[in-house]
Amino acid sequence: MLSAEEWTIVALSLKVGGVALAAMLPLAFALAWVLARAHFPGKLLLDAIVHLPLVVPPVVTGWALLLAFGPNGPIGGVLERWFGISVLFRWTGAAIAAGIMALPLMVRAMRLSIEAVDRRLESAARTLGAGPGRVFWSLTLPLSLPGVLAGAVLGFARSIGEFGATITFVSNVPGQTQTLPLAIYSALQQPGAEATVWRLSAMSVALSLVALVASEMLTRRVRRGLHVL
Amino acid sequence: MSFEIRVDKQLGEASIALDLTAGDGLTVLFGPSGIGKTSVLNMVAGLLRPDRGRIAVAGRVLFDTDAGIDLAPERRRAGYVFQEPRLFPHRRVRANLLYGAADDSGLAAAVAMLGIGHLLDRWPRTLSGGEARRVAIGRALLRDPAFLLLDEPLSSLDRARRGEIMDAILRVRDAAGLPILMVTHDPDEAERLGTRIVRID
Repeated sequence: MLSAEEWTIVALSLKVGGVALAAMLPLAFALAWVLARAHFPGKLLLDAIVHLPLVVPPVVTGWALLLAFGPNGPIGGVLERWFGISVLFRWTGAAIAAGIMALPLMVRAMRLSIEAVDRRLESAARTLGAGPGRVFWSLTLPLSLPGVLAGAVLGFARSIGEFGATITFVSNVPGQTQTLPLAIYSALQQPGAEATVWRLSAMSVALSLVALVASEMLTRRVRRGLHVL
Repeated sequence: MSFEIRVDKQLGEASIALDLTAGDGLTVLFGPSGIGKTSVLNMVAGLLRPDRGRIAVAGRVLFDTDAGIDLAPERRRAGYVFQEPRLFPHRRVRANLLYGAADDSGLAAAVAMLGIGHLLDRWPRTLSGGEARRVAIGRALLRDPAFLLLDEPLSSLDRARRGEIMDAILRVRDAAGLPILMVTHDPDEAERLGTRIVRID
């Protein structure tokens, strides 16, 4: 099985993916809700911007993050001056990169499930005395929940597989930013580390497979849910 | 007057103009399909906003363009039975019935009147069309409505179910004493249930 060092890599990947997911989940849901329900000028542009990390070369996303979070960047400068925090070469930076890269996938899945919620049920709830807040908590959220969870799982899987933006943004620091893909990349550069590559790759595939199966099962629940009326 | 509805609404190509005043009991809005009868119910329920006009039910003004009144649907106290049952699929029948109720004190009586006691723990997707419709009627009654809106409550039901629902509506009409506005395109239904019939065409 895996060595202690390799388990550290797996644990770090799960931590980075988990934190990326937790941090992005509310934002992803809010964006998905806005894109599914709101009408405003510039919606198309917002939609495009959200999807940008999906199509832009990851190295560009990583470089943009470096500019933003660097000591002289608009966000990095504030973090450094006010809180004395730097995310460069840290696992927190890896989580930011992973979260940004996972965001479009999460928003897509969640948006579809919010759009699939039958608005007629919501208007029925309104006539039954429920204000917009209660309608959201009692209907919109629970009915879209399987899709929201599917999006979350998908985002998590994408997070732990993130490579290009991470290595550009926070480099490849063992124990800090060296997640599974980065560790595999490093092992590939070393002569005689094929066994490590095999084991870590197998671990990556296993984690992704579990996530994809879970996501697909949740998505099916959404589709079935559409036909219950 | 129970219902005072004077509204104008442009819906795409079609326009709806209605001026109706009706007393107690069950008022039937009767007319062919597709002329906006459901839109009238939606305007009374607050789900569709008239371009201008005034809607008052049992003396309470729900909408008035001149006075700038437009109550939100949740504040109109409508008991709206839609053409489709619109039961909440992730809640059992009991929770559906009580969704709009302040407490469960009225549950037993409503359940008995509609004959749905054996359905309380079922999921909506397991109900037949007639059962779902009775639950939808119960849910509308239990929210303590000031008036009822019924949209084609007998459509797409077989003969036996129609009799069943019709009896339920008659019981509600006579027992609850609520003003009821019902939409149908079926003359027999209109004749049998209506205290008065308003034709729109």
